[in-house]
Amino acid sequence: MSYHNPFTPPRKSATFDDHTLAEIRRAAATGIYDIRGGGTKRKVPHFDDLLFLGASISRYPLEGYREKCDTSVVLGTRFARKPIHLKTPITIAGMSFGALSGNAKEALGRGATIAGTSTTTGDGGMTDEERGHSQTLVYQYLPSRYGMNPKDLRRADAIEVVVGQGAKPGGGGMLLGQKISDRVAQMRNLPKGIDQRSACRHPDWTGPDDLEIKILELREITDWEKPIYVKVGGARPYYDTALAVKAGADVVVLDGMQGGTAATQDVFIENVGMPTLACIRPAVQALQDLGMHRKVQLIISGGIRSGADVAKALALGADAVAIGTAALVAIGDNDPRWEEEYQKLGTTAGAYDDWHEGKDPAGITTQDPDLAARLDPIAAGRRLANYLKVMTLEAQTIARACGKNKLHNLEPEDLCALTMEAAAMAQVPLAGTSWYPGKGGF
Amino acid sequence: MPVFDLSQTPLRELNSALHTLGAGANDTAFEVVNPRGHHAVAVGIDTSVVVEIKGSVGYYCAGMNDGGTVTVHGSVGPGVAENMMSGTVIIEGDASQYAGATGRGGLLVIKGNAASRCGISMKGIDIVVKGSIGHMSAFMGQSGHLVVCGDAGEALGDSLYEAKLFVRGSVKSLGADCIEKEMRPEHLAKLAELLGKAGITDVKPEEFKRYGSARKLYNFNIDNADAY
Repeated sequence: MSYHNPFTPPRKSATFDDHTLAEIRRAAATGIYDIRGGGTKRKVPHFDDLLFLGASISRYPLEGYREKCDTSVVLGTRFARKPIHLKTPITIAGMSFGALSGNAKEALGRGATIAGTSTTTGDGGMTDEERGHSQTLVYQYLPSRYGMNPKDLRRADAIEVVVGQGAKPGGGGMLLGQKISDRVAQMRNLPKGIDQRSACRHPDWTGPDDLEIKILELREITDWEKPIYVKVGGARPYYDTALAVKAGADVVVLDGMQGGTAATQDVFIENVGMPTLACIRPAVQALQDLGMHRKVQLIISGGIRSGADVAKALALGADAVAIGTAALVAIGDNDPRWEEEYQKLGTTAGAYDDWHEGKDPAGITTQDPDLAARLDPIAAGRRLANYLKVMTLEAQTIARACGKNKLHNLEPEDLCALTMEAAAMAQVPLAGTSWYPGKGGF
Repeated sequence: MPVFDLSQTPLRELNSALHTLGAGANDTAFEVVNPRGHHAVAVGIDTSVVVEIKGSVGYYCAGMNDGGTVTVHGSVGPGVAENMMSGTVIIEGDASQYAGATGRGGLLVIKGNAASRCGISMKGIDIVVKGSIGHMSAFMGQSGHLVVCGDAGEALGDSLYEAKLFVRGSVKSLGADCIEKEMRPEHLAKLAELLGKAGITDVKPEEFKRYGSARKLYNFNIDNADAY
């Protein structure tokens, strides 16, 4: 009887998987690192790893649709003479005209206004369109100061000093030349067609002591009317939150690594920063240690997709959330209706992330007038408003089930975790236990 | 002329008074005494008011000035006239770092020396320094003019866009993508104009050298990676 070697199927390396191999070949062929938009695509512990417990014998639920569950929030109650009143705690994150088309910015403003929430400018300044279509507009004060001027500072409803963002804590930005139209170039005081670098730190202050003086200047210029937010990327949330409070912030915006960017190196997006879930409890702890929880409001962003995510962020201690990527999807980003054109660009609906190239078939991340015209800002604004209202209703549904007559009454005690990692990060018990890593008693 | 004594009067009252001047306001000139290093003095001016500050101030004096004429009879801390839109700011003494940062217009005159990062990210402002400036000045300067009658420190004009730099004395080193350029008649004329506006009469435009962007870093190229 002869012996035949059995067939052994080819085995690919887990370390050198297909994506890794393709990336090595791409770098070797082009001599440039991969730049893309969006946030991290790797799987990280997230809100999906948490569950609500719901009411039972020990607590009773509220009647859905019948008993009130308040969703409103006031931001900027610490120092500002004119705090912001929102109907829903879901806000629209900063995204620039330049990265986005004028129609897309208008759609964000329209949708946010219908839903009773705020939208936010981005690098490059404020356009008349977005001011006109946004009832409540937050003006970002960024390191590049592209388009920055005191008139827009004064016609904003709040000011957000951007120190960092979740997709790239410690990094600046780059708007590549192909998206620099005449109007974008004029707003940024730069020649058309050249790469526009956005600095990674502010030109006229460094550190928390300087920031305190910078915030004083902004308050003096705007006569102490506007709430002043400080936005940081998720890196050292306890200390960043504490230092922002020390510097005089009314609101801290904390953006985890799932938060998107218009264009940054893939290596940066995937390897720098912390998951949103890991950022919330340390930030809340800092506020509590300083006696400032609910006095300085905390806005969480980075991977918020549903009312459940909103409810979980609030239960962990946030006052509000911000959405960026999800808002773009709501207005039409990565829609399968454009699949044929995504294919021509070498991608597919749901994976398109070359936002910096300005060829977006959906007409959102582009300055090409023909592509931008594909997005009807009125219809897109309505879609965003619908989405925001659905998320708010979803969050209310969960809050009522937990017996809360206000979204902000949700608390960590309402949650359990599905994984050890999520239990450790969110500091809520692993499902079926009363324990989470770090609590002791193991 | 209203006089604000900052040893007695809160800063808020000064800035508030400066912000409520409409067209046809009676008071068009203010004096500030005892500034005692206060930060954010005379910030956010948006009319053609004249402000005389008798003493030295801290950070961001005349920040975001839009049309005012502010004179500091003393020295200033970091970020004087940051993001100025228009108008004139004159410093009789020295200026700390980031003078004129991101300024979009107007004229900043520093009669003493300026520290590091003078004119950082400038976007149209004209800055004239009678003395010398520190390192990394005009970093990422986008447009406008920086005139230095003395010397410039290390890495002048690093990552420069289209700002035009004129230095009369020595330059310790040039930053990435900043080179010496030919001084043409239009540049001499502009220099003469700026020196005249700054009231500097004892130096000649012909004594300066011009520096600007080599424009080699305008679009990313991997082979330039060691220049960044």
